Amino acid sequence: MSYIPKPSVHHPALQKNAIGLNRRDYEGSLTTLCAGCGHDSITAAIIQAFWELSIPPHRVAKLSGIGCSSKTPAYFLREAHGFNGVHGRMPALVTGANAANRDIIYIGVSGDGDSLSIGLGHLCHAIRRNVNVLYVLENNGVYGLTKGQFSASADPGSLSKKGEANTMEAIDGCLLALSLGATFVARGFSGDKAQLVPIIKAGLSHSGFAFIDVISPCVTFNDHEGSTKSYAYTREKNVEVVQADFVLPTKAITTAYEPGTVQTVTLHDGSAVRLRKVADQYDPTDRDRAYAYIRERQKEGEVVTGLLYLSPDSSDLHEQNDTVATPLTQLTHEQLCPGSAELEKLQARFR
Amino acid sequence: MAYLATGDWRLSTSFMNQTNDFAFKIATANGTGSASANGLIMQAIFRMGIPVTGKNVFPSNIQGLPTWYEIRVSERGYTARTPHFDLMVALNPATYGRDVAEVRSGGWLLYDSTWPLDQRLLRPDITYLGIPLAELCNARFSGMRERILMKNIAYAGALAALLNMDPDVIRALLKEKYGRKPALVDSNQQAVEIGYGYAKEHFDCPLPVHLSPRDLTRDAILIDGNTAAGLGCLYAGATVGAWYPITPATSLMEAFKGFCQKYRREPETNRNRFAILQAEDEIAAIGMVIGASWAGARAFTPTAGPGISLMNEFIGLAYYAEVPAVIFDVQRTGPSTGMPTRTQQCDLMMCAYASHGDTRHICIYPGDPREAFEFAAAAFDLAERFQTPVFVLTDLDIGMNDWMVPKLTWDDRYTPDRGKVLTAEELDEVKSFARYIDADGDGIAPRTLPGVHPAGAYFTRGSGHNRFGAYTEDAEEYVEVIDRIDRKIQRAARAVPQPIVRSVGARVGLVTVGGCHAACTEALDRLAADGIALDYMRIRGFPFGDDVAAFLERHDVNFIVEQNRDGQLRNLLQLETGVAVEKLESIRYYGGFPISAHHVIAGVKRRLEKAA
Repeated sequence: MSYIPKPSVHHPALQKNAIGLNRRDYEGSLTTLCAGCGHDSITAAIIQAFWELSIPPHRVAKLSGIGCSSKTPAYFLREAHGFNGVHGRMPALVTGANAANRDIIYIGVSGDGDSLSIGLGHLCHAIRRNVNVLYVLENNGVYGLTKGQFSASADPGSLSKKGEANTMEAIDGCLLALSLGATFVARGFSGDKAQLVPIIKAGLSHSGFAFIDVISPCVTFNDHEGSTKSYAYTREKNVEVVQADFVLPTKAITTAYEPGTVQTVTLHDGSAVRLRKVADQYDPTDRDRAYAYIRERQKEGEVVTGLLYLSPDSSDLHEQNDTVATPLTQLTHEQLCPGSAELEKLQARFR
Repeated sequence: MAYLATGDWRLSTSFMNQTNDFAFKIATANGTGSASANGLIMQAIFRMGIPVTGKNVFPSNIQGLPTWYEIRVSERGYTARTPHFDLMVALNPATYGRDVAEVRSGGWLLYDSTWPLDQRLLRPDITYLGIPLAELCNARFSGMRERILMKNIAYAGALAALLNMDPDVIRALLKEKYGRKPALVDSNQQAVEIGYGYAKEHFDCPLPVHLSPRDLTRDAILIDGNTAAGLGCLYAGATVGAWYPITPATSLMEAFKGFCQKYRREPETNRNRFAILQAEDEIAAIGMVIGASWAGARAFTPTAGPGISLMNEFIGLAYYAEVPAVIFDVQRTGPSTGMPTRTQQCDLMMCAYASHGDTRHICIYPGDPREAFEFAAAAFDLAERFQTPVFVLTDLDIGMNDWMVPKLTWDDRYTPDRGKVLTAEELDEVKSFARYIDADGDGIAPRTLPGVHPAGAYFTRGSGHNRFGAYTEDAEEYVEVIDRIDRKIQRAARAVPQPIVRSVGARVGLVTVGGCHAACTEALDRLAADGIALDYMRIRGFPFGDDVAAFLERHDVNFIVEQNRDGQLRNLLQLETGVAVEKLESIRYYGGFPISAHHVIAGVKRRLEKAA
């Protein structure tokens, strides 16, 4: 990470959102990732999504693990608390934080090494608990910081920069999430911001675990011929199934897209996501069909992107726990401690 | 058994009275329902006003393996385990051999005479009390389940007659317990009568070892340390508990949950003012605690040694990023899986320096369930004040056994010490907040919580950081932060519970920690009776304060009593105080049963005799 400060004076004509902030107000420090890294494009999409939703940055908490992807929370929302934890275990941190204060908007950023190897178990259980977090898996199929080892999402047969072929099956984050009962599953491509921003916005409005797998080519270690996570490969093999068009309940922006078959799904905060079916018969609320479709296209060597699954009824960690509406962090000591008289009384059972 | 050979336990026999000073042991098989009968017996003695403690010696098993319950009655209030038994209730043929062998010479053995006893089990120096429990219960009750369960209550009835227990107390207890199910009260009552009547008719009741009512338990309770610690978490205002089930810590979270369900419901909605997260493993459990504490909640996790092993990575993060966390380590025998249902104090070193890199942690060591309650509450204050993980180390003996302790009290003037946390108003005044600046010179830098104020944002990280909280690989910036944390933790020596010191002006000291207290205080009395006077110190917190070093320095020799193989407390004392190793003599017992006074006495005498 770098501390070269970005200029704090912005052009006065920069467009402002509903709370009077411009895009630069949603930025962080300067990236230290390689030039052309897919992760930086995702950062830009995240900034755009938060800005468009007019979320006050300090009401957000951004958490990550270890790795290139996990560095990126430093590069957006400088007024949000950040937590760069230990490798693979961000889901545990965000689960605890969310349990303590349910009023914060949580975003977790992770990578394929972080989420699909060392932290696979934690990811699975955070999905099962349906923790209310936007979980972005920046997926490049390779360990960048340690210089080019295969990750668990590397496809069988794909070649490393040194020319070695991967012999093991890949873990597909979206299939994994679907099989674990995830309530929101999407896949994007770092190079397709037009698709990614609405998906992120929909994920932020989802009450529960919003899983977004973003193919994000590693320009240094995994963008060569033979790699299945390169820019060229993804652009060529990308099959877009569902164009998500995020609509706040008050203000529908539907003109930006071609009219077609549109399905509107109301999210838990009252906003709606309009899903345009681009593939025949694709129903994003059918878990089994979504799973089968991803598998079918995979066999053809295609990467399915878009909003793949959205549960019509999602019950998050707090609903399951029946927690009070007030964040636990805001309860007073008087509300929590039964006091001395009650202590005297309750000890009757120990006599 | 092996542990009998390690000390001269016979010398304790002469110390015992016959009335209100004896021990008995009940041998059954796991899963036969004997626990409720044993609890009934304990409570009845307690209600007669006589000090009593129970030790549950149980297997890591659900059904079938042998299990024992040891009850010690001591008018003088001694609560340590005593390994010799005046009376054995031998109801498990699988363990007849060793149970017969454990009865002291001149003692009694009660057995189920429905079946004849193997002649090889007969000892000439003990008295056999045969009661056809199965036969009597089979005649009275129908149904397999009731017959097995009521056999337990029947032996409780027999003990009532043999030991002079008050039958009215037992009747009252049964009514309290099964009041809502009259049929159960009735069958339990019948079972009591079966045993009671048979014993009265066939034996000289009461036995020379027996009970006589007193008024010594009026201000006391019978409680296990896990329940007490769970209650302490409730009173301290903990709202988030994360855990992974593990013996012997499980009942701590179950107790907390039970109390929360009663006391933590929002009156208007009946919704929960707490969140209990059963994690996928101990790694996630501590991660959740750190996440919740970072967000501003009081959060804790109960675990045992294997859990701490897994948590090491996260503990280092909390130490270095300065995030509060409260960790209960209910110690059990290690290494590895060890003996999960046996006790030890084997995590003293691991907790003091948990995680890679230079770390040092605040540890507090309750000596009994009452302190488990008090220290649980204190742990949250320490963790938030010093912004660091705090370990509360108990053990299986404190955590899972019923101890007689003075009633718990709570001071309603208590306000939680939340440490230095900047409010939105304070942040309004701050030009630019930097996380790790030690403005007060006490090593503690104010922190901020997420969501409070745009000016409070910072990046919490376990990677190298400078005092502004920014990533660094600069030597001086790194050293500045890591040295300040060291000073901060050292200052906690004054804030942790101070040692209990009892001085008689002796040249020799006895030093211990945690649950060894019970055995040590009993040993001190008995050694004093033999003309050996010792000063005493029970350590209750780490880092050690100056008092600890001063005590060790002013004695020619200090016996360090603890329950692990390697002398971990002695090693810690040596490392941290710099006291000469010649001054530290180790007395260790680590077989897995709670340490007894005779272990301490034998250890002291052996070395004093060698010196003389």
